[in-house]
Amino acid sequence: MSGPDSPSEPLDAAQVESMVEAALRAIAAATDSAQLKQVRAEHAADRSPLALANRQIGALAPQLRKEAGKLIGTARSRVNEALTAKAAQLAQVELDAKLQAESVDVTLPVREHPVGAVHPLTALINQMCDVFVAMGWEVAEGPELEAEWLNFDALNFTPEHPARFMSDTLFVDPPSDHKLMRTQTSPVQMRTLLSHELPVYVVSPGKVFRADEYDATHLPVFHQLEGLAVDKGITMGHLKATLDHLAVAMFGDIRTRLRPHYFPFTEPSAEIDLQCFVCHGDSVGNPERPCRTCKSEGWIEWGGCGVVNPRVLEAAGVDTEVYSGFAFGMGVDRTVMFRNNAPDLRDFVEGDVRFSRSLQGGAR
Amino acid sequence: MKAPMSWLRELVELPHGVTTAQVADAFTRTGLQVEHVEAFGDQVRGPVVVGRVMSFVEEAQRNGKTIRWCRVDCGAEHNLSSHNPDITGARGIVCGAANFDAGDYVVVALPPAVLPGDFAISARKTYGHISDGMICAEDELGLGADHEGILVLPPGEAARAGLGSDAMALLGAPDEVLDIDVTPDMGYCLSMRGLAREAAQAFDVPYNDLYSRQVPPPCQDAYRVRVESDDCPLFVNLLIRDVDSTAPTPSWMRHRLAASGMRSINLPVDITNYVMLESGQPLHAYDEDKLLGPIVVRKAAPGETLTTLDGVRRELRAEDLVIADDSGPIGLAGVMGGETTEVTEATTSIVIEAAHFAPGTTGRSYRHHKLPSEASKRFERDVDPGVPCAAARMAARLLAELAGGQIADGATVAGAVPIAPSQVIDANLPARILGARVDASRVAAVLTASGVNVTKRGDRLHLVPPSWRTDLVDPYDYVEEIGRKLGLDVIEPQLPRALPGSGLNREQRARRAVVEAVAQAGFVEVITLPFVGADEIERLGVPQDCELRRLVRLANPLADTQPFLRTSLLPGLFAAASRNSSRSQDDLALFEQGSVFWARQAGAAPMPPVSHRPGAEQIAALDESLPDQPRMLAALVSGQWLAASWRGPAVAADWTHAVLVAQTAAETLGAELVRSAAAIAPWHPGRCARLSVRDAQGELVHIGAAGELHPTVIEAFGLAPRTCAVELDLDLLIDSAPRSGEVVALSPFPLTKEDVALIVDADVAAGEVEQTLVAGGGTLLESVSLFDVYTGPQVGQGKKSLAYNLRMRHPERTLTGAEATQVRDAAVSAVEERFGAVLRQA
Repeated sequence: MSGPDSPSEPLDAAQVESMVEAALRAIAAATDSAQLKQVRAEHAADRSPLALANRQIGALAPQLRKEAGKLIGTARSRVNEALTAKAAQLAQVELDAKLQAESVDVTLPVREHPVGAVHPLTALINQMCDVFVAMGWEVAEGPELEAEWLNFDALNFTPEHPARFMSDTLFVDPPSDHKLMRTQTSPVQMRTLLSHELPVYVVSPGKVFRADEYDATHLPVFHQLEGLAVDKGITMGHLKATLDHLAVAMFGDIRTRLRPHYFPFTEPSAEIDLQCFVCHGDSVGNPERPCRTCKSEGWIEWGGCGVVNPRVLEAAGVDTEVYSGFAFGMGVDRTVMFRNNAPDLRDFVEGDVRFSRSLQGGAR
Repeated sequence: MKAPMSWLRELVELPHGVTTAQVADAFTRTGLQVEHVEAFGDQVRGPVVVGRVMSFVEEAQRNGKTIRWCRVDCGAEHNLSSHNPDITGARGIVCGAANFDAGDYVVVALPPAVLPGDFAISARKTYGHISDGMICAEDELGLGADHEGILVLPPGEAARAGLGSDAMALLGAPDEVLDIDVTPDMGYCLSMRGLAREAAQAFDVPYNDLYSRQVPPPCQDAYRVRVESDDCPLFVNLLIRDVDSTAPTPSWMRHRLAASGMRSINLPVDITNYVMLESGQPLHAYDEDKLLGPIVVRKAAPGETLTTLDGVRRELRAEDLVIADDSGPIGLAGVMGGETTEVTEATTSIVIEAAHFAPGTTGRSYRHHKLPSEASKRFERDVDPGVPCAAARMAARLLAELAGGQIADGATVAGAVPIAPSQVIDANLPARILGARVDASRVAAVLTASGVNVTKRGDRLHLVPPSWRTDLVDPYDYVEEIGRKLGLDVIEPQLPRALPGSGLNREQRARRAVVEAVAQAGFVEVITLPFVGADEIERLGVPQDCELRRLVRLANPLADTQPFLRTSLLPGLFAAASRNSSRSQDDLALFEQGSVFWARQAGAAPMPPVSHRPGAEQIAALDESLPDQPRMLAALVSGQWLAASWRGPAVAADWTHAVLVAQTAAETLGAELVRSAAAIAPWHPGRCARLSVRDAQGELVHIGAAGELHPTVIEAFGLAPRTCAVELDLDLLIDSAPRSGEVVALSPFPLTKEDVALIVDADVAAGEVEQTLVAGGGTLLESVSLFDVYTGPQVGQGKKSLAYNLRMRHPERTLTGAEATQVRDAAVSAVEERFGAVLRQA
């Protein structure tokens, strides 16, 4: 917009500078976005002194315009930069204040549904099975109500074996029907041998039943995990290494010990002791450092095992000249008991929700 | 088996310096697990001496007791005491027992002795006297459980020991007793003789068997015997006359019996028990004068009875093996003798019986008559058939020595020692089975040391076991013997290589996933005992033809109130809920996964021979004889699902949480759960969902039910009001779930959303409306979700409004507005047609 009579005086640089300084002072003084908006309107918008001065450039003599343009341009960009910086600064402050105002008590309860849990026995059975599955074994299962032949006869229990009698075994009525609640998971071994091609590497977890007392250390229904390997050239050395592996997988760097024992379905038979995973035997003969896990004995009785009695293999039609096998079994309830310091076996089957909830995640 | 160390060390000379702990360790390593080592009489400190009651005065007390004020000669040195200045040459002692006479030798604890339980003896005023010591009973000294009176010492040995001498030493204390868990195959170690042999082998020292006498050929030179049963291969007896049955049992024998856990009865009986403990051969002593005619070993005749030594009259069964004379049964063979021929203090002529009975017959008899005894325990595990003669001789010798008896010449021997089965094994078998380096010569050496007669023929060993090793039959039995004797540490561990596996199978993966998912959904897994009573099933109110009534009864249930196996998981969950409530845990979400048992018409299970594999038909018959045992999944919710919290009020547990379990299980397996209203016991008829899933063929498979329980059931089981539950057949659910699936095409094109509200009759099932919308909308209708259910004046009486959000999308291009309207209209009109629905205008 140039007037008819173009002034030949250049713009007053000092005056421009005072406009800029006035603007920068106003920007610096703004304390919130609203004020800054006002400052922008006063010092950078169309009606601001610098904008008005800018309009005058067109009225200047042509030789002065370039100089004036540069002067005003520099002045306006100084103001705009200051505005932008201030705007960013104020936005940050205001955001900080807003977020501060939105803060919550992060310690408030957050759960939106009840706390569930799997039973510690389920969790341990899964863990133990996983150790074997990782070695290529399979998990085999069978019925809890079994044929007497599969539970006893086929496993080399003589007709007179004490375990058969009513005082130890829960028989289905009438007993002459030869059906019972399995007293061990071993009938699954026989079922596996009758239904699988050799070689066989299986573990069988599950409930077993005894006509036993119901007290802190005895349950009429408890859980076992049994293993069976039948292959060419199987030895007790294979058994020992397998149990060592299970022990290390479950309890860390500890050893197992085999102690001769007796079971009808294995020969030779042994009991497996676990080196105490808490004291590693340091508590033995050391009254100053007693160990409640192993009762300062250094070893924990864990289960039974042995080389499968050839009579068992013969009852399944396995050629004992070619094949041999090993078997082992341990109480899962007892394992939870010593591993997690469970004081009373009845808690396992009474359904108190605190029991299952107490062993969650890594604790189980 | 309790084994006193003093006895063991007498029978085998262990190397110098071998401690009890070392012996215990050696036993445990060879399979004779020492449970613990008991100290016997080691808790007595201070003077406990042999004394003699010189005289006593009985004094009745106001409390009704009568005490004896005794003058007890405790030996010159110990008689000096200032407490009763009027008594000289003895001490004054108050005694509450009455089983002694003046002149008897007794055990006296003198101040400052301390007895077990930190019981300090001091001179103290009692019953008007100063009792200057204590006359002791067996249990007070820690020497056994007997407290029927004070210990009266045999006069001869007490006199020899002298008044004032150490009474504990006379009684065999202190001693240590090994408590050994003898496995059923090691019956020969239920004897000091067997244990001593094992100890000798473990420490590599010679063993001299006190019982090595051979059994002579049959003869009838003592008491006449007739054996009429194969269950008694050998019966031996000896006659001892002029026995003084009143002679006291010497203290050393009394001590050994007590340390082994047996009570002293009278000398002849004590001797038979003592010899049994030492030899392993159970013996029986008869009063010859009470026997009528020859002894006969036979099966009981129907209707016969026997009063055993414990005073119980027993009805005999035809399978009971008895010892009889002309009067009838006089003993239950291998279990317990009878009253009529019992040896008493009046007995002068004794018949000592040493017989061998088959393990099975004794086991059956004592179990049937509930009469476990030291004898039956041994016969059941098998006794050395070669030892009867030697054991009878030992008992006779002791009767002669200690009771002045005369052993009649000659013995009666009926039958013979059964021949031990020989075996031939490959000498490398032990190494091959154990996975250890054991060469043939070592095998032969170990077995020879175990008493086996070994003949080496090339690589093969010909083996004949000794008579006491009835456990050595099969080749692997010998392998075990090698392992035991060398110690299982010889085994060299080596991991076997299984074939590459394929992990858990589908059912196992599915079950694990369902259990994890239900737990994640907020339910706590419980495991309950699977026994129920008929009344529990009755209280569920299920119809007569329901599978829950297909009860399997146990022949010997643990509790008479619960003689059946569960046919449903619900009663167990109800009991668990009640237990939680009784412990003030009222807000419950419980679940259980496990088998139930549904009886079915099936006969007895077959019992094929074990010598070879049963045929396919027999294997199938084994399975077919068993009841149905499906795995069920059940859950229970009661109280509050969510407690009141800072976010809002409490949420009560209701039927939806029961359905949630089924929904969670089905979704975990990718199955489509279909619900329909149904009145199924034990649920509330208006709040029960029949649960079904669609199988691979698209058929609906009924798997269970969920909802609120019937109020009468809730009351009958004492549950919280409005308790809800679900039970479904997990096997069936898993079996019906899809095996595999395809990933859906992921359309990148824009979504069109549309809401519709449909007014239908109040009893129309929302689930069916939704299915109808989905079917009517076709493939372009991506999803349907119910977001509001409204009843009230705006829709009219007996009606409800269901508001759905429809999401529509085309797989290959942007859906046009017209197409979207078409889809919506198609969906809505399907509902209109089927349910007479009216589209509610916004």
